[in-house]
Amino acid sequence: MSRDGGSPDPRDPALRVEALEALLREKGFLDSAQVDAIVRHYEEEVGPLNGAKVVARAWTDPAYKQRLLADGTAAIAELGFGGPQGEYIVVLENTPRVHNVVVCTLCSCYPWPVLGLPPAWYKSPAYRSRVVREPRAVLREMGLELPGEVEVRVWDSSSEVRYLVLPERPAGTQALSEEALSRLVTRDAMIGTGRPCAGGDTSGG
Amino acid sequence: MADPTLALGGAAAPPRRNGELVFEAPWESRLFGVTLALCEAELFQWEEFRRLLCEEIQRWEAQPPPNGRFHYYALWQAAFERLLAEKGLLGLSELEASVRTLAGRPAGHDHADPEEASHRRTR
Repeated sequence: MSRDGGSPDPRDPALRVEALEALLREKGFLDSAQVDAIVRHYEEEVGPLNGAKVVARAWTDPAYKQRLLADGTAAIAELGFGGPQGEYIVVLENTPRVHNVVVCTLCSCYPWPVLGLPPAWYKSPAYRSRVVREPRAVLREMGLELPGEVEVRVWDSSSEVRYLVLPERPAGTQALSEEALSRLVTRDAMIGTGRPCAGGDTSGG
Repeated sequence: MADPTLALGGAAAPPRRNGELVFEAPWESRLFGVTLALCEAELFQWEEFRRLLCEEIQRWEAQPPPNGRFHYYALWQAAFERLLAEKGLLGLSELEASVRTLAGRPAGHDHADPEEASHRRTR
């Protein structure tokens, strides 16, 4: 990352962002401590673990699941999660016959409070354009083979709505606690491009 | 203060269940943080930024540069610079002048080092 000398390139994005932040601070629009806190929040505190807790709660508490499907934002707030890009979250339930998968075809909209910031592939032109046209092929390439009788529904995030997929609870997990279940829930399962880890009865705890 | 070791995925990096860092470089995280901070301060509405980001992405996709990599935060940056100008918060010429000044710094004042940036900030 460090330079060996010579003049830095004015097109260098790091330089432009540094200048931009300094100017906005000088103008009184910005407090760098606030920027530090935001970055720390999204690097360290918010991530798919939040969504995993939501899913595990829905798997173990039928009344919660009902509330979650009726009003995602409110039910997610019950667990203490909310904030930017979480103002209107719709939860999509996978069933043996329907598999949901989420995309943002125009940019990168994503439910930050429950999944954190999106992975690179979610923002890539290839995923954004292809998953709409040929979802089964894309999912297969990502390691998710769906039986032909399963209907695939692709949901395109709009300027308002963010989606969270509620995956099916893996078989053989009846004995697991809510906490243990949450460890089976992957980020990709909540986007719809993967499945929860197979449960079995080995995880314990 | 963002810890650079986190951004570089060093030993202190927090666990990533899906094995991917949130930001590839410190400037991406600063850009993200600055954008959110200004939105939180209600200097713009998120939808205003989102619209410009969509435009930048569409423009790139309509004519991808030969061998050019899709660099999401570079497009974010272009959109954010346009937003700042549109909202009258920061003009492009003022930004360019400041960038030229920073680019003229003697070697050793490496802006890419967040520690250095934070020290400079307090001067």
